[in-house]
Amino acid sequence: MDNSADETSTAGHKFILFVTGMSVKSGHAIENLRRICDKYLQNNYELEIVDISRDSEKALVHQIVAIPTLIKTHPAPRRIIIGDLSDNEKVLKILNLSE
Amino acid sequence: MAYKKTKSQQFIFPKSPTGIDGLDEITNGGFPKGRPTLICGGAGCGKTLLSMQFLIKGITEHNEPGVFMSFEEPSDDLTLNVKSLGFDIEKLKADKKLIVDHVRVERSEIEEAGEYDLDGLFIRLGHAIDSIKATRVVLDTIESLFGGLDNQAILRAELRRLFHWLKAKGVTAIVTGERGEATLTRQGLEEYVSDCVIVLDHRVIDQVSTRRLRIVKYRGSTHGTNEYPFLIDADGISVLPITSLKLDNDVSSDIISTGVPGLDEMFHSGGFYRGSNTLISGTAGTAKTTIASYFANEQCNKNEKTIYFAFEESPQQLIRNMKSIGVDLEKHIKKGTLQIHSSRPSLNGLELHLLTLRKLIKEFQPTTIIIDPISNLITVGSQDEVRSMLVRLIDMLKANNITVLFTSLNKRTDKFRPDLAEESVSSLVDIWITVRDMEGIGERNRGIFIVKARGMGHSNQVREFVITDQGMELLDVELGPKGILTGSERQSHRIEKKMSDMKHQNEIIRKDREIERKRKALEANIEALRNEFESAEEELNILKATEELYAKLTSKKKKE
Repeated sequence: MDNSADETSTAGHKFILFVTGMSVKSGHAIENLRRICDKYLQNNYELEIVDISRDSEKALVHQIVAIPTLIKTHPAPRRIIIGDLSDNEKVLKILNLSE
Repeated sequence: MAYKKTKSQQFIFPKSPTGIDGLDEITNGGFPKGRPTLICGGAGCGKTLLSMQFLIKGITEHNEPGVFMSFEEPSDDLTLNVKSLGFDIEKLKADKKLIVDHVRVERSEIEEAGEYDLDGLFIRLGHAIDSIKATRVVLDTIESLFGGLDNQAILRAELRRLFHWLKAKGVTAIVTGERGEATLTRQGLEEYVSDCVIVLDHRVIDQVSTRRLRIVKYRGSTHGTNEYPFLIDADGISVLPITSLKLDNDVSSDIISTGVPGLDEMFHSGGFYRGSNTLISGTAGTAKTTIASYFANEQCNKNEKTIYFAFEESPQQLIRNMKSIGVDLEKHIKKGTLQIHSSRPSLNGLELHLLTLRKLIKEFQPTTIIIDPISNLITVGSQDEVRSMLVRLIDMLKANNITVLFTSLNKRTDKFRPDLAEESVSSLVDIWITVRDMEGIGERNRGIFIVKARGMGHSNQVREFVITDQGMELLDVELGPKGILTGSERQSHRIEKKMSDMKHQNEIIRKDREIERKRKALEANIEALRNEFESAEEELNILKATEELYAKLTSKKKKE
């Protein structure tokens, strides 16, 4: 996976964001993520939002403990960020997005 | 009236039986129902096992489904680990009675950016509980989360919320925690929000490790407050309460013989009570084992099942030695009435010894047990530990109405008692027999006496006994001028007595003869006197005759 950096530009980013219902933190996380993606990835990304209060099986499969949790499944490496993503700089650094 | 009042005040706190041997006894029925219980302790003291046993026994014995949320071990490892203890998790999982969820939090994989909560965990747990209608939940070990996540403030708040949530859910929960430096748990939080706190401990004293359990807190209920040793063996955890809370076992008035000829007579009732416990103490080489073997032999002859625990000799050695004095233990073993178990006391800790005894008693169902000697156990534990172990042992045996005979080796001291083992047991035993060396004038004799015998009169004498090829024999009491005589004193006393008897006899014969002689002398005297008298009489007669003749002659002359 040496050429992962190259893939970033060609194939889009894939995210799964785990939230619970209408909690405030979940709302913030969705907002923050949308803002970041719109700014740095334009439309070149896929975002799946899972509400584990309805789909609790998924929480098991992905080993979700904290809410909200963002999992970047593509490109590699897989990264997991927990929190409402309000720390903009840190999120960008983790996702390797800086322009 | 008073009785009625107390009865109306009785309120039974709802509890969930733990299914762990002995733990229900000391918690008065189990863990608080519908509330969280904290089990904390260091590594390797059995937290996971205890909680797993709680879940599994809940399912198998009380039909209460359970959820096990593991933060440390993967589900498969857990299955394997408890399988060796005879718990089949896979089957319970298939029957939808048990859910095992491994929560994995890898610090290296997770980054934190902003506020979060542990709703994910709550939802997973809630889902698991709802899907099998679980009433028992275990979280093992929740504080691993603190290792995986950074924001301590959030975690503490969430942990608190979790306890309240568990309570609101109405599940009986066990939360395990690692022991902290100064507090019971690392975070110092769980013990305050839990309704019941149990501390497990694993200590090594004198190279022997013992696991202990203590109930630190139990809201709304009384509980045993001591530290209770517990064991992990092939059947899981069993806690051994230090003392049975009641002393209400049935007692028997049957008398059983000691098997030693002469010893029975020292008890007014002619032997021990069935179910009593007897201590035979004495210094080295005072025939404690011999007395014990005699008792074993006697019981076996009456078809009473007997177990002989030998901490000093191997069974073969014991059999050989006893054969030399005419006690055949081998035939009883062949018949199946006797078992001899030999082990070194240092082989395992006291608790394990106790457990072994317990197991054997359960399996073999003996009516008689001999432990030879208990003093050897002191090498394994401190005096207190030995005492507590013996108390529990005696309680257990009493409850089963088993007759016990302990031997105890005394140290040779000037005071010759009390010794460690004696001190710790003597108040517990019903009958205490002491065998003693009686040393003096270049020889050693053995004496036996009864120190105490609860509920029966007994002799106050120190009886000498001898061991010959024919066996053991109590000798008759030989009273000398200064008390009871033993050994060569006894013999010399006997000889002296014989001699004086003979002398006496001779004296009588001599006196008889003297009288005879005197009588003879007297008779001779009488004869002599009589002879004298006769001769005097004769003389007189002659004189008289002469006189007459003279008178006749003179009268004739006058006539002429």
